[in-house]
Amino acid sequence: MMRARVHGLALRYGAPFAVGIALLSAWQIIVTAYAVPSYLVPSPLAILVTLQRDWALLSRSLVFTLEITLAALLCAVVVGVATAFLFVQSKVIEASLFPYAVLLQVTPIVAIAPLIIIWVKDTTVALVFCATIVALFPIIANTTLGLRSVDPGLLDLFRMHRAGRWQTLARLRVPSALPYFFAGLRVSTGLALIGAVVAEFVAGTGGTASGLAYQILLSGLQLNIPRLFAALFLIAATGIVLSLLAALAARLALSRWHESELAHDD
Amino acid sequence: MSAIDIIAADKVYANGVRALDPITLSVREGEFATIVGPSGCGKSTLLRIVAGLLAPSSGRLLLCSGADAEATHDRRTAFVFQSPTLMTWADVEKNVRLPLDLGHAGDASHADERVSRALALVGLQDFRRAYPRELSGGMQMRASIARALVTEPSLLLMDEPFAALDEITRARLDRELSALWSREALTVLFVTHSVYEAVFLSTRVLVMSSRPGRIVGEVTIADACPRGDEFRVSAAFAGYCARVSALLVAAMEPQREGAA
Repeated sequence: MMRARVHGLALRYGAPFAVGIALLSAWQIIVTAYAVPSYLVPSPLAILVTLQRDWALLSRSLVFTLEITLAALLCAVVVGVATAFLFVQSKVIEASLFPYAVLLQVTPIVAIAPLIIIWVKDTTVALVFCATIVALFPIIANTTLGLRSVDPGLLDLFRMHRAGRWQTLARLRVPSALPYFFAGLRVSTGLALIGAVVAEFVAGTGGTASGLAYQILLSGLQLNIPRLFAALFLIAATGIVLSLLAALAARLALSRWHESELAHDD
Repeated sequence: MSAIDIIAADKVYANGVRALDPITLSVREGEFATIVGPSGCGKSTLLRIVAGLLAPSSGRLLLCSGADAEATHDRRTAFVFQSPTLMTWADVEKNVRLPLDLGHAGDASHADERVSRALALVGLQDFRRAYPRELSGGMQMRASIARALVTEPSLLLMDEPFAALDEITRARLDRELSALWSREALTVLFVTHSVYEAVFLSTRVLVMSSRPGRIVGEVTIADACPRGDEFRVSAAFAGYCARVSALLVAAMEPQREGAA
């Protein structure tokens, strides 16, 4: 049992870590062996040195991007869950409004971000708005599906006991929807970061500085490629950490009862 | 005294399918009545009408000696479904307590005592903190029965509750249900496909025809309750089974001829 658990942990965390080390080593060896100039492809060690040297600048940008991402994720959760609650109240409401939720999903954020940045005076608010639009749809779609995917027998039982709409929502629909909500949250976490970065790019071209996307833009213009890679590394690391946190939240909420989060020996 | 009076109730679904021809049926208080019939004959439809989950297209339903069915459904009637239909996110105790928490199942002031008693009745008192996935199929079904009993119902409706279980577990739960019914003076309306289960459990077996369903015959099982395994191997049991089977075959004849 213990051995299987250790094996499972090694597989889950050790295997991707080993692959990462192998790829970075290969990268370092190739760049060194062929003397590739750092303005084309910097070596992992050069990126690490830059990360350490420019940490004061990059960490400020990281915090800014993280703030936009988390604020957008929070807004997406609140608005998305509220919209899903609204949709399950009636098929007419869902049929009337769902196409507009799809519209948000299919409209490229780069196409509407400049307009939002012009319309919304505060740039930070504009960035949060853009990232929220990108992150919103998976929460709405998954939570709506979850709220509707209720065991019909339990629904009959609630009807037999004359449960009110609120009781049915709180005691039956919401718990049934949790696995679906967390699946949506994991997708939206990544999308909120992507939305924040894309919106920063657009805002950056308008002259606003601060986030990691702006550092990438600026480093590219200055041919400071190691810093560009360092900023890129921070964005990727942020995405991975946020995704792990979303997975942890799902595990904490579902691990005792839902098959998606039960421990498996394989 | 009647616990259920169904007076010329029929059911035609919105898509035009006639599930039930007009049915008139009385179930006495304290009776264990079982409905058997071919698949799709409307057994479950009839049970759902009695439970108040479906409205009959015409006819009337009276519960508890003429009391208005609407007023008495929630308090007096409990339903056990084909599958356990437990809340997978809640432990056994919370599942059993659910009807009391919903606040429409009579006096909930002694909720803890009632939950404990219901769990003890089905032998799950040591599993109150277990989640449904940690229980066997038979234990899940017992939790479902405990949830029905916690409201102290006068009428228990059971829709093929043991159909998905293996034979050994099913026979054990049949014995436990028979003992429970004798002890608690319940009125039970039970639906099953199994002639043997119907005869073992019931004081009266009602046979339904193929769709549109109607009651085409009944057999009274006079042997004393609760019944044990010795009843299953008795000549009387075989005789009752033969009579119910013959009625069932006759009820399915038109369907067979139609199929031929």
